[in-house]
Amino acid sequence: MAVVYEKTKLLTDKPLHYCPGCTHGIIHRLVAEAIDELGIQERTIGIAPVGCAVFAYDYFNCDMMEAAHGRAPAVATGCKRVNPKNIVFTYQGDGDLASIGAAEITHAATRGENITVIFVNNAIYGMTGGQMAPTTLPGQVTTTSPYGRDPKLCGYPIRVSEMLATLDGPAYISRVSVHDVKHILDAKKSIRKAFETQIAGKGFSLVEVLSACPTNWGMTPQEALKWLEQNMIPQYPLGVKKEVE
Amino acid sequence: MAKLTIAVETCKGCGLCADVCPRHLLALSKEINSRGYHPIAISDQDQCIGCAFCARMCPDAVIKVEK
Repeated sequence: MAVVYEKTKLLTDKPLHYCPGCTHGIIHRLVAEAIDELGIQERTIGIAPVGCAVFAYDYFNCDMMEAAHGRAPAVATGCKRVNPKNIVFTYQGDGDLASIGAAEITHAATRGENITVIFVNNAIYGMTGGQMAPTTLPGQVTTTSPYGRDPKLCGYPIRVSEMLATLDGPAYISRVSVHDVKHILDAKKSIRKAFETQIAGKGFSLVEVLSACPTNWGMTPQEALKWLEQNMIPQYPLGVKKEVE
Repeated sequence: MAKLTIAVETCKGCGLCADVCPRHLLALSKEINSRGYHPIAISDQDQCIGCAFCARMCPDAVIKVEK
């Protein structure tokens, strides 16, 4: 019998600590598979964020570092510049990247740093208990917006991919989702493309992955994926936002 | 005929794999694993077509598919 599909060796055997149905696990696997397929394991360095994915360094079978909250692009810049042969990626959530790390990601992007950013957007702060994030949708209930996010009071959610795509620095920016198998396959292609962009030395690449948080959204895993498809995708349209040939 | 191997101890019983199975062969087991979850189980191995949708959907990479 031939193996059709099995867990990639780029993921360690440590069981993921994420909640049941959390799509972080799918995104970890897609990143790991992309690194494996491109044969860059030995020279890849990943930067873990602060947030639910803070233990990402335990799960990827390549060199990993941990950065202070939001500062992963700054640490990645150092890792890349000290040895440009390194393939460097950051793995950041929306609280980490779009809130406290908004300055670091914007400046890394506009400098055209030759790094790859995996941006996991689940529209909420997961690890700290479901507070409103910069990406929380208008009307979305969180522990700090119990009546739903009111844009008059709290402003509107940030579309990070579109915002960064207006800069001259980035070479590849796209937004993908992992709510069904077709979109998971598309997400994999996009993540691979981002790493290829870095390998070719074209500059900054970012893939925003829409992700579900069943626990803090207060839904079953099945309801959460449906909510993602019906509510997040209209707010955060999928597709390639910038691509430099 | 395809064969599924499920890592029962790391399954968290989220059931996302069951929803994408085109033959509806997967369901949560009545057994409980050491972490307190009902792991996924396949009802009729002979009916599996080896599409690997379940494995690609699984957040915890617990499913291996052979064909």
